[in-house]
Amino acid sequence: MSELKFMVNEFERALLTLDRLKVEELISAAVKMNAPVHVASELVTEVLYKIGDDWEKGRLALSQVYMSGIICEEVIDKILPRLSPLRKNQPKMAIAVFEDYHLLGKRIIYSSLRASGFELTDLGGGLTTESLVKIVKEKEIKILLLSVLMLPSALRIKNFKEELGDPDVKIIVGGAPFRFDNELWMEIGAYAMGKDPHEAIEIVTKLMGGI
Amino acid sequence: MNKKAMSSMERVLTTLSHKEPDRVPLFLLAAMHGAKELGVTIKDYFSKGDNVVEGQLRIRKKYRNDCIYPFFYTPLEIEAFGGSVIYSEDGPPNAGEPFITDVNQIKNLQPPRVKDTKVLHKVLESIQKLKATVKDEVPIIAVVISPFSLPVMQLGFEQYLNLMHLHTELFEQLIKINEEFCVDWANAQLEAGATAICFFDPVSSTTVIPKEKYLQTGFLSARHTIARIKGPTATHFASGNCLPIIDEVAQTGTAVIGVSTFEDIGVIKEKCKNKLTVLGNLNGIEMRRWTPEQTQQIVKNAITQAAPGGGFILSDNHGEIPFLVPEDVLLEISEAVHTYGEYPIRLHS
Repeated sequence: MSELKFMVNEFERALLTLDRLKVEELISAAVKMNAPVHVASELVTEVLYKIGDDWEKGRLALSQVYMSGIICEEVIDKILPRLSPLRKNQPKMAIAVFEDYHLLGKRIIYSSLRASGFELTDLGGGLTTESLVKIVKEKEIKILLLSVLMLPSALRIKNFKEELGDPDVKIIVGGAPFRFDNELWMEIGAYAMGKDPHEAIEIVTKLMGGI
Repeated sequence: MNKKAMSSMERVLTTLSHKEPDRVPLFLLAAMHGAKELGVTIKDYFSKGDNVVEGQLRIRKKYRNDCIYPFFYTPLEIEAFGGSVIYSEDGPPNAGEPFITDVNQIKNLQPPRVKDTKVLHKVLESIQKLKATVKDEVPIIAVVISPFSLPVMQLGFEQYLNLMHLHTELFEQLIKINEEFCVDWANAQLEAGATAICFFDPVSSTTVIPKEKYLQTGFLSARHTIARIKGPTATHFASGNCLPIIDEVAQTGTAVIGVSTFEDIGVIKEKCKNKLTVLGNLNGIEMRRWTPEQTQQIVKNAITQAAPGGGFILSDNHGEIPFLVPEDVLLEISEAVHTYGEYPIRLHS
């Protein structure tokens, strides 16, 4: 734990300067002394948390959050492959963009969660209530992360939830309308709202304890 | 003491020269509410230029608006490039799936020419008709998407960030293509009668890219492009932050800056003083559920912090008021500007 903590600042610098070689070098050094799952949760997640939080506070830009998530996802995939038994044991989780094709927010959250050792299915974008209800039922999804760009789409999540009719499916929402209106997620009956990767990881981690 | 009432144009020009007009100008950027006025769907509303003419005239009268906003919808320019648009019953038309699916398509991409692109002509016709009606009484604010921000809809945001960071030559080629189109489109709207161009550039916001990247990319493109636009421009970050780049935005030659509700409008105003007029910063998403009391208080706060000395136009922070914002809230905003926005501004109640 302690040696990973010492690497946090250097790892963050490497990510923000897009220095992939340095990132790989640090991860290689970290896994020599620690289990991969600890490297994911105590180094990578820690840094992604901080980067997400700094974006929310206006100290970093979205492009830096995105590029950091992508690089981390790549390196974590090498030490914790998709089907590795070391990945976190969890209920079925999926992520989707509801009603439009602005996919960046989804991609960032997807990468950040995978880089933190979680596994989830990417359902893509442009999904309507009808198509999403079908997919969630077929795939027996228990945790559904939904990203939206437009206010009307955010409001229609309420209707999606009613059509789905399964209180066991936890719906976590994110995207611009929720960032600009802190009460909107409650109005539509979501389980939680995450403004950034930091909050998404935190919500999913807490939820795992309760499912 | 009340000053003699100015026309909307006089009011706006006075504030742009960083002097105090009779009252704070109100730019209610309600592009879609005209459909409600006419009792038609959003899709039908934007299918005819005449609808937008009538809708904008009614909005000006109803809300005592200080501008005419003949903005149709953001992906109109994507339609001009051959892309698709998805309509919604209660929100703005949205871009369909990106039409550039492989970055190598950029090598053969050509900028559409405005005179040959029919989908743009309805906008030009509506500007011409609006100009013939309002003459020089009220500014007509037309819209372009910046060459640096248009690729979000051309490629998708993720692919665009990859292009920007990993394929520099193709990135620069795409920006040049978009610059040609943007200049052509802006100047055609000015020629049709628009008073100024709102230059939407959300990707340049520090919410999206760091300042260092902006200086290498969006800043250079905005400076080239704005220099070739034959009229005044307002740069709008569509809810994105801009405080760290205000000095550079001023250097692009723009006159106005559209600012976010997440930044302190008093601090922004101080930094923009005598350089840029501040446009903002009401939260359009939250606005849907504002009570009359909240509306009065929020408008009053914005005016108190940003209006003294001129150089301020009250508006929403995104450049487009959501269709779901009720008429009552918009009327209350207008009433509040007329109550608290008279110069000299009373700083204490």
